[in-house]
Amino acid sequence: MEMKRITTPLSDGVIEELKAGDKVLLSGTIYTARDAAHKRFIDTLRAGGSLPFEIEGQVVYYCGPSPVLPGRAIGAAGPTTSGRMDVYTPTLLSLGLKGMIGKGKRSQAVKDAIVKHKAIYFGATGGAGALLSKAVVSYEVVAYGELGPEAVARLVVKDLPLFVINDTAGDDLYEMGMSGYRR
Amino acid sequence: MREVQVDAIRDAVEKLFIEANYELPEDVIGRFKDALGEEESPVGREVIEELLLNARIARDERIPICQDTGLAILFMEIGQDVHITGGDLEEAATEGVRRAYKKGYLRKSACDPFTRTNTGDNTPPILHVRIAPGERIRLIAMPKGGGSENYSEVRMLTPSEGAEGVKRFVLEMVQKAGPNPCPPITVGIGIGGNFETSALLSKEALMLPFGKRNNDPLLRDLELSILGDVNKLGIGPEGYGGSVTALDLHIKARPCHIASLPVAVNIQCHAHRIKEATI
Repeated sequence: MEMKRITTPLSDGVIEELKAGDKVLLSGTIYTARDAAHKRFIDTLRAGGSLPFEIEGQVVYYCGPSPVLPGRAIGAAGPTTSGRMDVYTPTLLSLGLKGMIGKGKRSQAVKDAIVKHKAIYFGATGGAGALLSKAVVSYEVVAYGELGPEAVARLVVKDLPLFVINDTAGDDLYEMGMSGYRR
Repeated sequence: MREVQVDAIRDAVEKLFIEANYELPEDVIGRFKDALGEEESPVGREVIEELLLNARIARDERIPICQDTGLAILFMEIGQDVHITGGDLEEAATEGVRRAYKKGYLRKSACDPFTRTNTGDNTPPILHVRIAPGERIRLIAMPKGGGSENYSEVRMLTPSEGAEGVKRFVLEMVQKAGPNPCPPITVGIGIGGNFETSALLSKEALMLPFGKRNNDPLLRDLELSILGDVNKLGIGPEGYGGSVTALDLHIKARPCHIASLPVAVNIQCHAHRIKEATI
């Protein structure tokens, strides 16, 4: 299968060329954030504060890695289920978040916000945490360290293998894929 | 009467949870290989190849199979002729889990339900203790991730809904879960007993070996029929579309109240981690 190589930060031009079903190798800087971090982001914004990193143009990885292994950059580092972040996501997209990496379906509100703000949602293979960890070059906690595995970390990745799930045209790989094999 | 020191149980529990998180059982790997031949979708086959590669990397390079190293579920079958000495059994099992998650570089995923404060050591474990004949202790460790457990449910059906009602419920659950619980999944179905026994039966159903069919012909046919329909949903590996949505489906059943038909569906992700030992 043909693969597209892309590097963060993602421009609108690059994002608009990505189509649901494309296989992508992503390199560059991304940030981990999952349930507890997302709740804090939104609570912080509501209280008039600012996010712990500049979100504009960034890619967030819904990932709570296992502890860093001796001699390695990180532990196992696969995606968690994205749907739990759906309640927070449209706000982050309106602030300029451009990409999300996770697994599983998104709500219609998130899919609409992806189209509206020219963003992109990638799937990483859930449960392939050992394999995916090998694409992580560096891991550095940048906020909420007390959340342990849920802390926000800056990752540098090289050729992280992903599929495009939801694109700017409103297409959805899960719906496309499932309809082709439903009996 | 045989004496067993709690320290031996603690050490065995530690070893089991580390092994379970690094070494996918051979029968799961074998089932993946079979699924490669069954899967119609090229993308689906590519995903299964990735899962096989992931299992190999985990074992050979000592990286946990998945970052979600689970809540620690531990089944203990204790022979009635065993005398446990040297301390508290529950504390020993808990300490074994604590040590496994620390020494094994496993993720601590246990937290307070509302404050969401992490307990810091992945305790408390989920302990199921049963007394069995004999003088041995059988330990089964099953670290289970949150992503698949979230798509599990107990429902009190009415007796008139019968086997068709069970089938509808399971298909509804698998359809609703879609790509989220990391398919290809294994489905455990507990039928009968009461509210809580059905849930436990569904977990025990997940622990049955691949390909093992229920001895009751009616339940055996129901297993095959539901499995066939699950695999017609088209969800496929990782939900990218395909013909292998479930690797297997098991039913465990027992009698229930004349007014009830309790049914529990417990979904397991493809990373079906389970290890056992006998002391």
